Amino acid sequence: MNRFPHHLLAIDDLGSEGIGEVLRVADSFVEVGHRANPKVPALRGRTVATLFFEDSTRTRVSFETAAKRLSADVLSFAAGSSSLKKGESLRDTVETIEAMGIDAIIIRHSSSGAPARVARWVTSSSVINAGDGWHEHPTQALLDLYTVRQALGGGDEGVHRFKSLQVIIVGDIRHSRVARSQIAAYAALGAEVTLVAPPTLLPPSLDGWPIVAVSHDIERELPSADVVSLLRLQSERGSGEFVPSLREYTAGFGLTGRRAAMLKPETLILHPGPMVRGVEIASEVADLPAAHITGQVSNGVAVRMAVLFLMLGQGQVEGGPDA
Amino acid sequence: MPEPHGSEPRLVIRGGTVIDANGERRVDVAVVDGRIQALEEGLAVPAGATVLDAGGCIVAPGLVDLHAHLREPGQEEAETIETGTRAAALGGYTAVVAMPNTNPPLDSADAVRNVFELAYTATAEVAVAGAITVGREGKHLAPMAELAALGVRLFTDDGAGVQSAGLMRRALEYARGLGVTLAQHCEDGSLACDGAMHEGAWSSRLGIPGMPALAEEVMVARDIALSRATGARVHFLHLSTGPSIELVRQAKALGLPVTAEAAPHHFSLTDACAADYDPVFKVNPPLRPPADVEAVKAGLADGTIDAIATDHAPHAPEFKDLPFDMAPPGMLGLETALGLAITELDLSLPRILALMSWQPAAIAGLDPGNGGGQGGPVDIGAEANLCVIDPTATWTVDPMALASRSRNSPYGGRTLSGRVRHTVFRGEPVVIDGEATR
Repeated sequence: MNRFPHHLLAIDDLGSEGIGEVLRVADSFVEVGHRANPKVPALRGRTVATLFFEDSTRTRVSFETAAKRLSADVLSFAAGSSSLKKGESLRDTVETIEAMGIDAIIIRHSSSGAPARVARWVTSSSVINAGDGWHEHPTQALLDLYTVRQALGGGDEGVHRFKSLQVIIVGDIRHSRVARSQIAAYAALGAEVTLVAPPTLLPPSLDGWPIVAVSHDIERELPSADVVSLLRLQSERGSGEFVPSLREYTAGFGLTGRRAAMLKPETLILHPGPMVRGVEIASEVADLPAAHITGQVSNGVAVRMAVLFLMLGQGQVEGGPDA
Repeated sequence: MPEPHGSEPRLVIRGGTVIDANGERRVDVAVVDGRIQALEEGLAVPAGATVLDAGGCIVAPGLVDLHAHLREPGQEEAETIETGTRAAALGGYTAVVAMPNTNPPLDSADAVRNVFELAYTATAEVAVAGAITVGREGKHLAPMAELAALGVRLFTDDGAGVQSAGLMRRALEYARGLGVTLAQHCEDGSLACDGAMHEGAWSSRLGIPGMPALAEEVMVARDIALSRATGARVHFLHLSTGPSIELVRQAKALGLPVTAEAAPHHFSLTDACAADYDPVFKVNPPLRPPADVEAVKAGLADGTIDAIATDHAPHAPEFKDLPFDMAPPGMLGLETALGLAITELDLSLPRILALMSWQPAAIAGLDPGNGGGQGGPVDIGAEANLCVIDPTATWTVDPMALASRSRNSPYGGRTLSGRVRHTVFRGEPVVIDGEATR
């Protein structure tokens, strides 16, 4: 019954069924995480490599923790320490790593599509995209969905509540891999996504995007939103090229206390982290109970365990999530 | 076997139909001492002469490529003048214009003389496009008069456009005095930024930094204005967008001295090709959406675009084994251009040959009118630069089987109609039955 994709490069690889499966399996791994010994033997004998060409301690540690809790062996390659610095091509690096007998390569790269290239070059390893350029960061979007589903009541019922859920995604969508994955993931489950940003922070074209609307006025969108998902604005984007200044961005698009008061009481506020308090989100809003900073550790590990388990473990190794 | 002597033909091309700018006729072609000696049906073949069978084929003036990156000197791991001109001959070309973005760049008399020397034994004529500015840096004019004295007729900073309007104006004024043509790679750097593909639906979805069509169009519009102001000739390299082509159409209607070329990949591939992030589809200007592809075809059909030019841009495999945004732009073109034109364009063979032979020859100053021997017409006494084309033969592109030193053809597996059977360069059969003779 292994309909789970061999590679996870983008949310579309999963479809709504695959997403639902990840969320369900993640439930049992959240439970595992609460045990005194939060480890299962599901991927014993398997080897997972993290290949990070961009610094991201949080994502890398989250994946490595997930793999270790599944009893997989973990090899960690960071661009700074690898032969890439000596001019070795990405292809040679990947072929060398795969020759070590790797079952999955988890790759983070500043270039969009680098994981897709790697997936073409490997012979048998699975490739998991841990964030590529402006393209996608699928496990972050799965984590967001998991968090929302939990807040909506969890379980299969939670998944069904995504239908017609009003989601607004606010901020630098143009340069955001998280946004591209979120949009695909929310839409796959039937949510209605509205993008909120100044035109300069939107992609040049939204042709074919599964969204219902684009808005340049956050205050008009807040009252009807069920989920407000904020994206990080990198300071260089607010240095005059895309928006005149961080101050002006905050004035137009930041979730201030005044704006948070326009939300329905049950509206969820999501931020993938790292947050810049005072720019995209006011400090007092970030500390509201409605705010979920989804880069936090616990659910992230469970979701990534689910992905690794579904990709590498199913029907092949004893000791699934219920073992 | 008696040796053919003196005025007896060494080479007879038999059974074909000659097509050149003057029309079409069923004649055999006899060649002696590098020149066409006789044109008659049913020519006798002296003992010892080479016979090239052209049955069912078109005999045309050799093709002329306005735009080839031969990479020598500097990037010999990607291409050399020897391998590049072998690829050219196999593609039916008897002349190529070598672009100046070599290392060192072709911005000095020494650099140009060096290329001419390296090309001495090449299997096609190598004309040089000199740089407009020193080091192609867009700051100071290169010694254009000195290069023109060596025979350079085209100047360009290709790989980049001249960004400064003021400097381009001075360059055009200076070029007009020399009677040479400036060729522009139209790309406004402030709009193109670090774009790696066409900015549009696909780049947005794939998360690849986009290069807007505007980056090309703004510079085309600027240079048309500069041509009008200076009266100097401008040749537009590899036009790729509908509005660019429309601007040139209007400029020509005004009688301005502008010419334009388009590359085969801009009428045969679209930006959707980048969907798998394979840098073999990365090229500059980038592949465009279908509407632009149609505009290129329309421009070729109505004469707005004067020439099909390959923009042959070899890259060693290790440079294309990179993520899309990090790989260098460029694709092979010399061996596939004619097949693509015949397969993809709804144009007659004479029209295609005009776009690939005599029109580019005139733009490059390589035609008999400019004292050269390229582009025909196929007349007695003319230099024997000819290609023999089987317009109905089909073949499948195998990048590993190409003569270029590089493998970055985006057409692997594609079946094309129209194949070069023989190529004759200055009387020497450099391709016989689809095989290079040296």
